Amino acid sequence: MASINDQQLPSSVLASPNGDAPADRAIVVDGLAKDYGSLTAVDGISFDVAPGEVFGFLGPNGAGKSTTIKMLCTLADPTSGRAWVAGFDVVAERIDVRRHIGLVFQDTTLDMYLSAEQNLRFHAELYGMPKSVVAQRMREVLEMVGLWERRSSKVQTFSGGMRRRLEIARGLMHSPRVLFLDEPTVGLDPQTRSSIWGYIDELRQREDITIFLTTHYMDEAENCERIAIMDAGKIVILDTPDRLKANVGTDRVCITTDDDLRVIDALAEQFQIEAEIHDGLVTFGVPDGEHFVPRLFAELGMPIKSVSVARPSLDDVFMEYTGRTIRDAEATSVDNMRNFITAGRR
Amino acid sequence: MTASVSAVRVVENGLRQDWRGVKIVWQRELIRFGQDRLRAVAALVQPVLFLYVLGTGLSSLTNDSTGGVDLKTFMFPGVLATSVLFTATFSAASIVWDREFGFLREMLVAPIRRGSILVGKALGGATVATAQSLIILALAGTVGVPYDPMMMLILVGELFLLSFALCAVGLVIAARVQQIQSMMGVMQMLILPLSFLSGALYPVRNLPTWLEVVTLLNPVTYAVHAIRSAVFDRLDAPAQALAQLNPPLEWFGWEVPIVAQLAVVVALGLALLWFAIVQFEHTE
Repeated sequence: MASINDQQLPSSVLASPNGDAPADRAIVVDGLAKDYGSLTAVDGISFDVAPGEVFGFLGPNGAGKSTTIKMLCTLADPTSGRAWVAGFDVVAERIDVRRHIGLVFQDTTLDMYLSAEQNLRFHAELYGMPKSVVAQRMREVLEMVGLWERRSSKVQTFSGGMRRRLEIARGLMHSPRVLFLDEPTVGLDPQTRSSIWGYIDELRQREDITIFLTTHYMDEAENCERIAIMDAGKIVILDTPDRLKANVGTDRVCITTDDDLRVIDALAEQFQIEAEIHDGLVTFGVPDGEHFVPRLFAELGMPIKSVSVARPSLDDVFMEYTGRTIRDAEATSVDNMRNFITAGRR
Repeated sequence: MTASVSAVRVVENGLRQDWRGVKIVWQRELIRFGQDRLRAVAALVQPVLFLYVLGTGLSSLTNDSTGGVDLKTFMFPGVLATSVLFTATFSAASIVWDREFGFLREMLVAPIRRGSILVGKALGGATVATAQSLIILALAGTVGVPYDPMMMLILVGELFLLSFALCAVGLVIAARVQQIQSMMGVMQMLILPLSFLSGALYPVRNLPTWLEVVTLLNPVTYAVHAIRSAVFDRLDAPAQALAQLNPPLEWFGWEVPIVAQLAVVVALGLALLWFAIVQFEHTE
């Protein structure tokens, strides 16, 4: 994970009262809310995203992530609040917003009966790309996702991972300022998932682009520079992954020794640490595990056979801020989802 | 890793951009049609059945009443119209497929007005349906209709206008219907009455008055009459028989000219298309 320069982190910038978007922000969201009948899908959220940032929305299914993306992409009208993407108002300047964003949805939006190339050409025309640059740009994006050789094949013959890669390539065709990725890796096998992240990483190095993504995989959120944790339509916390984890507090240290009970006594006496035995390992929590371990070796005076330090995971973070695990949250939101789908179709 | 990437900032705006959208949606319909030979062949079965089986079979009953004109000759213009009736409405209905398979969303998020997508769909469907009817047009000689180049041109034009209007019908329904299965049902429910009450297969003059009113509200009636007039003008048959088989189309005793008939078809098509566009503006 790249280290984050603190100066680069935007403080919460709210839109000025006359309605103009701050020009130096890729995305500005101010009190955005969306109701579907009696269900509040998004409940007055505010945040902003700096140009070039990789910003992640993390939360269980039904937390309101996709609805937020829909509003930012001009596909759904906010019930209240305002938002600007690439400097344009998502309600008043829809066409301008659309021209400057790329979209990769959860469900495929490719024409299976057309070839990869035909899908991209269709996109280029819809987005009014100058004809002279289409061929070159197509080659660039297809080479980037490793599909150049397969450009003439019908999408029908592609695997799930290849389709997702093609969608990412298509989303990039018109050089958007902001790329929205709604659950870019959902339903893919672990290997394909990590290759998709490889492309996103490469993309961010090569292109002048802001990436806004949603995920409910905790481990994937760590690829973001900042993360907003969403639960039940609200942003619970927004920070860098490192700081979110730091807020949770302690690292978990596990050691194996010859005489566990004596070590536990020694830990209590010398370091004022309460340790317990879990799964045959002496386990305890310390604020800064990486720096504590050398001290432990130097000062404990007893042989240690193995040691492991685990940093708190985003699972722990979600637990810390919502009081429940992400699995629990998904189980309770199933009913909400059902209402949501019926309401959305109406 | 190479660092040079050509940044493409899109600059085009407005109508010109919308027109590019129309063209590419239109083009996609043609590509998809070209890929699907089976669909083209299957769509021919019904008109051929109407013309040669039904037409031949029924003519044993009607020989005395058609004044020497072959029933198949009478039916030919109607069969042309029925053939586009099916192809055009189903082409437009493909937007329900697009929705189901997600591709509609790719079109709806594009930086163009949504109307362009529907206009492209309607023009694409109309082109496909007209192209399909060319094959039936080629059968003219087998049912006693001369291969008159002028007539052929007029017929192609009229069939295109009819197809366009029917695509608009299909789009209005597609805007409302979410599932492919119900779409099929609604289409079936609509297509047969539209065709039976258009005078395509028999003269509607002898229907009860209330049904005659319905035929006058049916856009297909006007297209069928215009197409049949173009064919009958070039037939070598007793004028009286032709006049009886193709009675003038009247509104309260006023004979509606062909141009006005075609204008009715176009106006209805545009009104329905506009209605479909309004509906789609509110789709997520």
